[in-house]
Amino acid sequence: MNVETARYLIFRSLRPCYTNTNFSLRSPCRGHRESTSQAPKHAKQAERSGFCPAASSKYDWIGPPDRLSNLRLIIYHIPENETPLERELRHLRQETEDWNHEFWTNQNFTFNKEKEEYIQSQLSAKGLSERDDDGRKRTLSSEEMAVFYKHFLDKNITRHANYNREWYRRNFTITLLMARVTLHNTWRTLTGQTRRTEREKGKTT
Amino acid sequence: MYRTSCSKLTGAWKCLQLDGLVGSSVQQKLFANASRSHMSARSLIQLCKKNQAEWITFQHLCFLKRQYVKSSSGLCQRARPRQEPVSAVLDDRDDSMVRQVQQIPALKPEPGTEVSTCATESNQVEPEADRVARLEARQWKEMRVQYSDLPGIYARLSKLKLTALVVTTAAAGFAMAPVPFDPVGFLMASLGTGLSSCTANSINQYFEVPFDSNMNRTKNRPLVRGQISPLHAVSFALACGIPGVTLLTLGVNPLTGFLGALNIFLYTCCYTPLKRLSIANTWVGAVVGAIPPVMGWTAATGSLDPGALLLGAFLFSWQFPHFNALSWNLREDYSRGGYRMMSVTHPGLCKRVALRHSVGLIFLSALGPVLDVTTWTFPLVSLPINLYISYLAFRFYRHGDRQNSRKLFFCSLWHLPMLLLLALTCKKSRVAQDEAAVTSSSASLAL
Repeated sequence: MNVETARYLIFRSLRPCYTNTNFSLRSPCRGHRESTSQAPKHAKQAERSGFCPAASSKYDWIGPPDRLSNLRLIIYHIPENETPLERELRHLRQETEDWNHEFWTNQNFTFNKEKEEYIQSQLSAKGLSERDDDGRKRTLSSEEMAVFYKHFLDKNITRHANYNREWYRRNFTITLLMARVTLHNTWRTLTGQTRRTEREKGKTT
Repeated sequence: MYRTSCSKLTGAWKCLQLDGLVGSSVQQKLFANASRSHMSARSLIQLCKKNQAEWITFQHLCFLKRQYVKSSSGLCQRARPRQEPVSAVLDDRDDSMVRQVQQIPALKPEPGTEVSTCATESNQVEPEADRVARLEARQWKEMRVQYSDLPGIYARLSKLKLTALVVTTAAAGFAMAPVPFDPVGFLMASLGTGLSSCTANSINQYFEVPFDSNMNRTKNRPLVRGQISPLHAVSFALACGIPGVTLLTLGVNPLTGFLGALNIFLYTCCYTPLKRLSIANTWVGAVVGAIPPVMGWTAATGSLDPGALLLGAFLFSWQFPHFNALSWNLREDYSRGGYRMMSVTHPGLCKRVALRHSVGLIFLSALGPVLDVTTWTFPLVSLPINLYISYLAFRFYRHGDRQNSRKLFFCSLWHLPMLLLLALTCKKSRVAQDEAAVTSSSASLAL
């Protein structure tokens, strides 16, 4: 993929697509509520996907791997009478997802860009054109590429170490928060404090 | 970029070239995947026999695809059994594949031009966007735990095949110990080791979700696909680890329990973070692999004998040709994912270490009779396989290419079970040892 195409894809992914789209299919809905009386919650920021889960679904939805970051987008379910703890969890997960997506998009894009540049520079140093006689793109041997891979790793070691630390911290926090939410909900169910909707009451008693 | 987006598709589609020409590489791939489905294998062979000299056409691929989808239970698309026009068949695949495949007829006259996915969309009319949206909607999955899927999910989370190999090495360690065979102890040690291994693997996958998403080898793991939540994975790990270590400590002996807990700690808290910080991770990983046979031995004898350390040393040395060869072909993925592996940062060292330790296996085998673990026949009968793996490691060292690394890796897969089996058959019998002890004590009495 060349640099222009990649840049175009990044901009497309960050902007909502208003062109050539049928509005009913691409209505942005970052989180989705189960109640039909309220309109679906709209995305505060740019929507990365036009998919909207059914309003009656009570679960989160996970999508295909993103083209750029290879991470899967999740649309979180917002239950009625969401507790503050649940809201905190959802926000944290959403924020971590966005942060991850940004890091990996940047990482993959930079890697591919630098790889292309390296291949170009190596080929021109050898005096070869980008494409051979059959019109196919020339590739370097794995030994020559290994020099680039090593260089890329060495160049980014601090950035990777920082990302690693931050990712572990977030992962732990999210899991602990999830555990707290689960325990809190279980406790509430056991002590008979149900959510205020009839549907929930019917399920817990 | 194209490879990452469409490489989740299995089977023949992986090798469709961007320039639209489908050739002999497809045939090879199709043969490789044919073993998965009996029906499609038959039709495949018929097809390939017919088309020996010519390219497989797109219609043939569609037919094969239908066969493959119908007979393979792992794919989640519905296979449409009736005959359909080519363009409608494309609906079954996701949109990136659709764009690629649509380009094929257009590119036939000019092979090798780069495909721009964006151009396709802007050139199409309104229905294209609808179709794309519909295809995309199909790929969204509800994050709801399907209880029927849980066994499969747990199997993948705990890397069941790797766990089975670890339990095998622990069992070999138990069997090699010079004590009467205790079936109950054997079962408890194996079960405890298996549970500990499940724990370690689950926590490893829990830590590595974004990295696994970006590597081709690991992007179908349960946490990456969102089949279970991180909390669920951690709970599973605790549910395996606590009984596992407890079983080892109370049911076998505290030393084995300690080794089990140490191994879990080394794998999850040392090896996993180190993978992104330094190449020392490979040595830590080798120690992690060496501990299970030691655990098996200590489970039988209750003490850390030289024999246990010898078995551990076998595993330690074996790890290097195994892992270095594996990592040789994953250099791009490791580099992009930020993993610091010898094969990427120190390729010369990588090859040297693999060779060094393959040759070291020969010397370790010679230590078997010295430490009274095996008879003198063991170094002799294990010499052929040790020489063979050393030869492959030498070729890997000299040439360092994809083919030699794959050969070395696949050799290592059968070399280890074979070595352990030979050691077991050449185990020094206890009767001979007791006789030797009796004669030496009677000789000392006589003096």
